[in-house]
Amino acid sequence: MLDVSELQTIEHDVLVIGAGGAGLRAAIACSANGMNTGVVSKSLLGKAHTVMAEGGMAAAMGNVDARDNWKVHFRDTMRGGKFLNVWRMAELHAKQAPDRVRELEEWGAVFDRTKEGLISQRNFGGHRYPRLAHVGDRTGLELIRSLQDHGIHQGIHFHMECTALGLLKDGERIAGAVCYWRETGRFVLFRAPAVILATGGAGKAWRVTSNSWEYTGDGLTMAYHAGAELMDVEFTQFHPTGMVWPPSVRGTLVTEGVRGDGGILKNKDGKRFMFEYIPPKFAAETADTVEEANRWLEGDKKARRPPELLTRDEVARAITAEVKAGRGSPHGGVFLDIASRRPPEFIKKKLPSMYHQFKELAEVDITKEPMEVGPTLHYFMGGIRVDADTQMTRVPGLFACGEAGAGLHGANRLGGNSLSDLIVFGKLAGDGAAEYVRKLSTRPAPVKDQIEQIVRGATAPLNRESGENPYVLQDQLQDMMGRCVGIVRTEAELKEAIDGLDKLNARAKNVKAHGASQYNPGWHAAIDIGNLLLASEIVTRAALMRQESRGAHTRLDYPGERDEWLKYNVVIRKSASGEMEVEKVERPAAPPNLYAMAHATIEDLEAGKVGAEEGK
Amino acid sequence: MSKRTFRIWRGDKDGGKFVDYQEEVSEGMVVLDMIHRIQASQAEDLACRWNCKAGKCGSCSMEINGKPRLACMTRMNVFGPDETITIQPLKTFPIIRDLVTDVSWNYKQNKRIPKFKPKPKNADGTHRMYQEDVDRVQEFRKCIECFLCQDVCHVIRDRDRKNEFVGPRFMIRLASLEMHPLDDDDRIPEIKKEFGSGHCNITRCCTEVCPEHIGITDNGIIPLKERVVDRYYDPIVWVGRLLTGKKVRTKTRAEEAGEKPNDE
Repeated sequence: MLDVSELQTIEHDVLVIGAGGAGLRAAIACSANGMNTGVVSKSLLGKAHTVMAEGGMAAAMGNVDARDNWKVHFRDTMRGGKFLNVWRMAELHAKQAPDRVRELEEWGAVFDRTKEGLISQRNFGGHRYPRLAHVGDRTGLELIRSLQDHGIHQGIHFHMECTALGLLKDGERIAGAVCYWRETGRFVLFRAPAVILATGGAGKAWRVTSNSWEYTGDGLTMAYHAGAELMDVEFTQFHPTGMVWPPSVRGTLVTEGVRGDGGILKNKDGKRFMFEYIPPKFAAETADTVEEANRWLEGDKKARRPPELLTRDEVARAITAEVKAGRGSPHGGVFLDIASRRPPEFIKKKLPSMYHQFKELAEVDITKEPMEVGPTLHYFMGGIRVDADTQMTRVPGLFACGEAGAGLHGANRLGGNSLSDLIVFGKLAGDGAAEYVRKLSTRPAPVKDQIEQIVRGATAPLNRESGENPYVLQDQLQDMMGRCVGIVRTEAELKEAIDGLDKLNARAKNVKAHGASQYNPGWHAAIDIGNLLLASEIVTRAALMRQESRGAHTRLDYPGERDEWLKYNVVIRKSASGEMEVEKVERPAAPPNLYAMAHATIEDLEAGKVGAEEGK
Repeated sequence: MSKRTFRIWRGDKDGGKFVDYQEEVSEGMVVLDMIHRIQASQAEDLACRWNCKAGKCGSCSMEINGKPRLACMTRMNVFGPDETITIQPLKTFPIIRDLVTDVSWNYKQNKRIPKFKPKPKNADGTHRMYQEDVDRVQEFRKCIECFLCQDVCHVIRDRDRKNEFVGPRFMIRLASLEMHPLDDDDRIPEIKKEFGSGHCNITRCCTEVCPEHIGITDNGIIPLKERVVDRYYDPIVWVGRLLTGKKVRTKTRAEEAGEKPNDE
């Protein structure tokens, strides 16, 4: 058996798990606070899902439309999230995002510019004003590279191709994590009094997804096992526009920037259908004629926004409805047309990566033809429940940020609020962890039994004589989640998913990895499947509990938002006996000033009749 | 639908061989799809890096029928109907296992490059830059770090001068800093003496394989070489400096500190 004393041991003040935008920003904050900081990432540095983010990062800088400010951004975010957001997080985010963007520029990021030489900002769904700082349609690359190139000079220790397997605790407190190096298959013990989870969501539980292989819910499930709570996980965002053809790229993201820059959605009859799907809540602020929508595109500030720029949940549902009604495109999506709206040079300049992607993968020239698009699982609004200001979970020393954390987005995330989430709450998590470590009088020590248990669990698939193929299990899980826990849900389907998960769980206990432990994707998949199954169960049970339709969570058997459900978050935790507890937890009352701002009319907010005391 | 033969290199640093796999190809598939199919059905432990599957992360670099390419951006319909598809790891970097190589040398090069050093902000707290001034830097910043350019660079691949030349990826990284309108640092002596700009003999192989179509040689490396020439060898510039009394750096920071040139 493993001798724990001989295990490679690395000590840090703070261990950050995940090297996307949130993890890197958190690590930079820790190191700026004088902490010895380590970052582990499953992939090479700079390859995390952040690199795929396209459209931009939302920050009310007012560079393109001076009417924009944090209050409008806050109001948009609350309305987009159907008022289920954690008020304080939406406030912190709207207030701090501009500084975080400017800081990136100070670290070398090169955003697109306005005529005045300022950072350019583009339109996106749910944002009242052009607000997304961007670099063409490869903003995520710019973000991650800027953080990476800055971070490598900050004394941070990067541990690449290193997979976290489980968290360690000393009593109630976090004590570190056990990981393994992909290159060698060897285990490594990280001792750290604080751990920040920046591990993203679990999109890989679905077949049609924009997520990479890394999105297997590791952070969510490690936090669950460590005693943290999960919140809002029923809200899984289906981005309205993923590629639908050819099959090998089904799910690959098509940026909302296409619609922000003028792209329109049409059904197979050529009809621009989004005008039929404007919900009453957004009617006052959305154009109801093609003529007005066109004036908006031409820059008429009095015109209201086109309905293609409604929030993602609204657009995704509308596309699903069109396809279901038999008015979809040949491959089961709808048409997204920018070719007839903008000249080729504009499209190539503003959407170079989309041009490239369609040309090379689908052999479609988007400057000449429309794209075929449909909803794709994109983002977890929910995640680990954290304190808004410090990002600490209820487990002392355990922090979470980015997509792995919950609270900012409520029931639905606005496009562009993710990249700004990463840098705002990444920094707060780093500051929070540093402060926690500074105040510790004794450092926790990892417990030997826990280490052994994690290693035993990880090596079991290699040691079995025979068993299930992990790829097949993942495939079947994806099928089932797509079918039963998709964009529209019913109790019967969700219960079917619970049954299905039980069966898959039983089989997963017998999963077999062939070959040696060195750089073995089969072994990795065998480890991943446990996390994917648990994350899927968490989503499914939360979705079963929430008996209403709100944001990204649509229940056919409980249509429409129900006011009584606005009072609750669905919170999930592991009970002392190891059972999954799902609970409706009453939300704290909204601060009156924030409540008034979120519910004000835009005219009252901008005229200063509401929120004037908050400053610009 | 048709069955195709894939000849994939299997092995590790101690050696290996090509193994043939037959697999069914469906419409619209790319080489990476085929590797995944082979993994799921025949070779579960076949090692391969990938992340985004959309040409944005640069993880799935490999050599396909002898050409360095991204597996996710190589469509199966570019091959002849009976062509065997040969897949092997990047040749220039040490093999870890199967299609995965040790590219850590590249990360070490990046860390050697002096970081971005911004000018002070304007009084209103902004930095002003104009689109026409950032266009060329943005071209270099499209780099997804797939390291295909590093893989084909003669200096690194054939002559193994990894200790003398940082390679095209990091020449354009240097160019993106040197041509950044806000950057206030000077890296020209380092570019010449530590990063080895003189080694590039402009064969443009790096530019040819770049999946992001960055003009690595013409837009990045040649202008850097010109800056080096201006600084060290241009007699007119030299006389001009003599007359105006303008001082420029010709020593690297290491030399200024009395250290020997960095030859790590």
